[in-house]
Amino acid sequence: MKSFRAGYYIREGMSSIFTHGFMSFASVFIIVACLIIMGSFTLLAVNVNKIIGEFEDENVVLAYVNESYSAEDARALTGAVEAVPNVRTARFVTREEAYDSFLSGVENKSRFEDIDASVLRHRFVIYVEDVALMERTQENLLGTEGIASVTANLLVARAFVTLRNIVSGVSVVIVAVLLVISLFIMMNTVKLATFERRDEIAIMKIVGATNAFIRWPFVFEGFILGLFGSLFAFLTQWGLYKLVTDALLSGVGASFIQAIPFSRAALPLCAIFVAIGCGVGIVGSSFAIRKYLKV
Amino acid sequence: MFKTYANGTKALKSVSFSLKPGEFAFLVGPSGSGKSTIIKLLIGEVAPTDGGIAVAGFDVSAIKPRRLPHLRRRVGVIFQDFRLIDKKTVYENVAFAMRAVGASGQQIRQRVPYVLDLVGLDMKANALPTELSGGEQQRVAVARALVNNPGLIVADEPTGNLDPARSLEILTLLQKINELGTTVLVVTHEKSLVDKLSRRVIAIDGGRIISDGMGGYYNYEEF
Repeated sequence: MKSFRAGYYIREGMSSIFTHGFMSFASVFIIVACLIIMGSFTLLAVNVNKIIGEFEDENVVLAYVNESYSAEDARALTGAVEAVPNVRTARFVTREEAYDSFLSGVENKSRFEDIDASVLRHRFVIYVEDVALMERTQENLLGTEGIASVTANLLVARAFVTLRNIVSGVSVVIVAVLLVISLFIMMNTVKLATFERRDEIAIMKIVGATNAFIRWPFVFEGFILGLFGSLFAFLTQWGLYKLVTDALLSGVGASFIQAIPFSRAALPLCAIFVAIGCGVGIVGSSFAIRKYLKV
Repeated sequence: MFKTYANGTKALKSVSFSLKPGEFAFLVGPSGSGKSTIIKLLIGEVAPTDGGIAVAGFDVSAIKPRRLPHLRRRVGVIFQDFRLIDKKTVYENVAFAMRAVGASGQQIRQRVPYVLDLVGLDMKANALPTELSGGEQQRVAVARALVNNPGLIVADEPTGNLDPARSLEILTLLQKINELGTTVLVVTHEKSLVDKLSRRVIAIDGGRIISDGMGGYYNYEEF
């Protein structure tokens, strides 16, 4: 591409956005609307997954140390327990601490006056990396020297795994469907904008313009509209997310719902928006113009 | 040349003519006689079913799609409905045709004012087509057809939307362009104008040439 041509294509693309103001506005509006709908659902799905993950984390494994072990000997097992695959953290709790913890949770403490801490065992409170592997982790812990027994709520773990799989699967399907619908709507809007200018393209052909000469300004125009639409959608999404999460934090849900901060999702979301916006702009205008070039 | 469309319509049954460089000729005939098909063939919009067409050094009957823009740069076309880009100024409409052939900014700045001056629109360079009269719009179309210095100008009913005074103005302008060396073929229904200019007239009817000669051959009332 000659340098003056590149400049001409960009100038033409830019000026075309303003001379065809209404269709440009319509294209950007549709791109923004589709991206926000898709982005909102994606953020919702990410947050639901995160909340499920947090509930999963609460599902701990308790590994009880052999009764013959003193507190010091039992504590010395920490390294071996942490070395078991899938163990994220292992916190050692002495039988005395376990007893105090138990008593703090009962109302009528006098009923347990005759019982001392010796009836309990030293233990490890273990958080796992992946709840789905909890059963295997339980077996591995049982095989560790000094560990007498292990309790894990496998039923709850399986329920969480199933729930997470369903939510993830449904989210992927819905986001994919929304993506396809959005692409279809956005492509058609770009096509409509090109259809409005079919006479202009025919004139260009008549005066001897090559297909590339006609196509490039359209492609630049599509790119610029897509870029503008995606950035505008990203900023709007940011504002909306902040509005909704602030409302949740100040409302009843604040005690148990912690939304992920937008900054964590910002970069991938911006990249996806720009890729979809610019992709739709470029591909949509290139495809739409093709049939009008056959004159 | 012969042309039969996909729906079976035989637009041209046997047409053969040639224009000498620098010649001025009228192509006349009733509706459906094949005039528009001849223009489409000349600019490569359709291909002939049989026969050959040579325009400005191009074998149009066998031209490859990628060569079509180069043919169209050598043939300036003027339409009855002007076909200007409404959102571009007069200057931009004309300059656009030069940009399409890869002319530099300097060449455009030199050539466009000259051509606009030639068609008498140098004072309206910054006007939009919608701000001009029909005659002025057609003169912009003439300027656009002329700006790349084509070997041939084909005018398809250039006066069809104009009053008699403006029609004569346009034909006079085409004559002036012809005097500068450009071959001109005008398709028209305007009998009085054809008679007034007394030039070569090619008459076509039913896809065949029925007469070809100077001046007075255009005497078919049904046209």
